[in-house]
Formats: sequence, structure tokens, C-alpha cells
Amino acid sequence: MTDQVLIETVDLYKNFGDLEVLKGINEKIYQQEVVSIIGPSGSGKSTFIRCLNLLEKPTSGKVIFEGMDINGKKVNVDKYRQKIGMVFQHFNVFPHLTVLENITLAPTLEKKISKEVANKEAMELLEMVGLQDKANEYPRKLSGGQKQRLAIVRALAMKPDVMLFDEPTSALDPEMVKEVLNVIKSLADNGMTCVIVTHEMGFAKEVSDRVLFMDEGIIQESGTPDEVFNHPKNPRTIEFLSKVL
Amino acid sequence: MNLMEIFEVAYKYRALFIEGTIGTLQLAFITVFFGMILGAVVAIFRMTKIKVLNFIAGIYVEIIRGTPLLVQLYIFYLFIPEMSPALKDLNLPVYFYIVLSLIINSSAYVSEVIRAGIQAVDPGQKEAAKSLGMSNYNTMVRIIMPQAIKNILPALCNEFIMMIKETSLASTFFVNELMRTRIILQSTYFLSWQPLFVIAFIYFVLTYVLSKGVHLLERRLSVSD
Repeated sequence: MTDQVLIETVDLYKNFGDLEVLKGINEKIYQQEVVSIIGPSGSGKSTFIRCLNLLEKPTSGKVIFEGMDINGKKVNVDKYRQKIGMVFQHFNVFPHLTVLENITLAPTLEKKISKEVANKEAMELLEMVGLQDKANEYPRKLSGGQKQRLAIVRALAMKPDVMLFDEPTSALDPEMVKEVLNVIKSLADNGMTCVIVTHEMGFAKEVSDRVLFMDEGIIQESGTPDEVFNHPKNPRTIEFLSKVL
Repeated sequence: MNLMEIFEVAYKYRALFIEGTIGTLQLAFITVFFGMILGAVVAIFRMTKIKVLNFIAGIYVEIIRGTPLLVQLYIFYLFIPEMSPALKDLNLPVYFYIVLSLIINSSAYVSEVIRAGIQAVDPGQKEAAKSLGMSNYNTMVRIIMPQAIKNILPALCNEFIMMIKETSLASTFFVNELMRTRIILQSTYFLSWQPLFVIAFIYFVLTYVLSKGVHLLERRLSVSD
């Protein structure tokens, strides 16, 4: 982790109609930092992480990515999203494309990378997650864990500066959780900045530089895994952890 | 009423029935083909962020779907040529106005088919494409449409099947199609009921065979899910 701020949110608010989901979030994520976000469902974790690449448009506030307020007017968000990889709970792999095409589509279309180079890089990524044999299969032939690994390398193919994981293992069968967590862990170990919304407390403890506990639309507590898990100060954190651990 | 009489009429005037069948298929095909193009435009209007276009397209669809086709045909046949002298001077055949009316009618239904087909694609697909930094255009063309086609194609074929039946109304204006064959046979040879059963049979065979085809198509398309 470096002292360079990669993403900063300033007074981030998000309402869905009358429902206030985020109530003023000021947070910095540093380069090469691994941040896990935990908290009860409905606490705003997912909304927060989705605001970081503007899949959810904040009601007010700033999302500063590499020094630029990407929530400002006249910003080409697509260009910034190319540097912010995202992995979803339900994988969202493209069912009509082969495994290889899933990975190469965005780089060839949006970064004008030649097909040969894109294919070569995609094969290297597939090898990294052990899916090289599946390159020409369609996603329907893959298990949940394999789909999620594909989704991770699809995001990596854009060579992002940060990876956002929105409950990456919540939709997986228990025996497949580990293979996905291992991929995320190796990314984190290799210096990728990661923001992970997760219910896997053990994993959050093991992999994170910092853990954020969110509840009722604000960050209630933030600290090292040891501070948050072993010595929580906020009563809400204590209550939450007593239920899940 | 004698069953043999129906067969005799069917055989004796087969050339007329075939001509009518071709006319019906032609009319349905032209209608759905251009209805699809116009319907796509209407669907885009309904889904854009531009409120005025949403509103106009919404009214268009509601009015057309809320009035009977026969009424629309009469309006196009009687009033559209009268509306503009320039159009009247062109002296376009009745067929033109009838087809135009059918196309507009079909476009309203097709636009809803297209809209529903696009909206049925999992929103996660769009989110994934956007999160990769794909432009709206590429997201639509490379991710959403290829998946929406699977929903749209069978429904579009069903629209074609519907149109085979609906076009019978065009006989009111003496446009060449199956129903007119019956009118010709009745007025020329005083055959009142036999042709009716013949064309009913032809309509049924056409729609039955085609809907079985659509069924197969649907199953083929859903294999890749």
C-alpha cells in the first residue's frame, strides 16, 4: 500500500426515492490498498461500491478517481470505468460469447487492441485462473465458480487500476467459494488495489489492509482487521460481529 | 352441405386459391418487414431519455392498439389520400394505402415486442458492459441486442402469423389475398359456402405449420441459455 490516494469520496449521498441509502460518506482508498466492506444487508455497502464506478449515480457528492471528480459534468465516465474493474455477485458473464470473447470484447472495442494481442493476453489470464481449457466454450458450460473466475479476468483484461468486488462469492455453492477467493487473494498479494464487499469474515480478516463496517448508510467503523474484528469500538460493530462470527 | 363439393371447388379453382394464398403471404410479409423497421424506430423513441419522443411514441402505440384495424384501414383508404392534394395527384393504388395502414398497425405491436425483448435482457448484462467501460452504442449492439433477438424473433414470427389472419380484412378494399378469392368465387360463380371452407383450411394450415416452426425456433434459441 502506498500513500497515493486512488479513489476518494466526498460527502457521498444516495437516495432511492424517499429512502436514504448513503448518508454522507467520506472515504479514501489508497493505491495497492485492500479494503473490505462488511455490514448487515441493507446497510448501503453495495450501493457505495457501485457509486465508485458510477453504476449508481450519487444523489450528491464527489467521487474523485485519480484526482478527477468523475461524478462531475462533461466527464466521459466510460473512459474512467475502463480503469475500474468490477466483479458482480451474479457474475454477469456474457452468455452469447465464448469464454475467450468475453475477455477480448471490451479491450478490442474500446482500447483498439488487435485481436491477436487481445487473444494472447486473454489466454494468459485464463491460464492464471486455470480456465485455459475452456477458452472456446460458452459460459453455460461453466460452473458458478468458473463463471466468477472468468468475470474476474474479463475485468482484468482492461488492465484496471482498481478492482471492485460486489459480494463475489454470495451466489456460489459453498465448495466453489474458495477457488474464487484464492484468485482475489493472489490479486491482492500482487499489489492490485481491491475494494471488496463481502460476507466472508474470515477472508476479510486475512486479506484486508483495512476493514470498513457500514450500517445505516454510513461508515460506522474503520480500521485494520485486528482493530475491527478483535477490538471493535462501535456498539453496532460489536452487535453485528456477535451475530456473524 | 356435401364435403365432396368443397374438394371439387378447391381443385377446380386451385389457381385462384394459390394466387390468393400468395397474395396473403406477400401482404403479411411486406407488412411485418416494414412494420419491423418502423417498429424499431418507435421502440427506440419509447426508450430514449428524451421525454417528448417517449410521449409521442407512447400515444402512437396506444392509439393504434386501441382502435380496430378495420377502422384504421377505412381511414387510410378514405381520408389519407384526401388530406393532401399532392398525394392525391400521385394517384397511388388502393394497395398502397392498405399496405401503409397495415404497416403502421403492425409497427405499434412490433415496437412493443422489441421493447419487451430488450427489457427482458438481464440488467446485469448492461452493468457488466458499462463497468468494462464499453460505450452505450457498443453495449447495445454487442451485448444487449444479440440477447434480445432471442426474445424478439419468436414474437416477431408470431406477429407474422397474426398478420396472415388480420390481412383478411384487406379484402374489404379488394386487395389481392385469400379472402378476396372467396369474394371472386361468390360473385362470379355463385359459390357461397364452399370457398369459405377452403380458405379457412388454408389459413389454418398456414398458421398451424408456422406456429409449429416458431416453437422449434424458440427451442433452438433457448438451448444456448
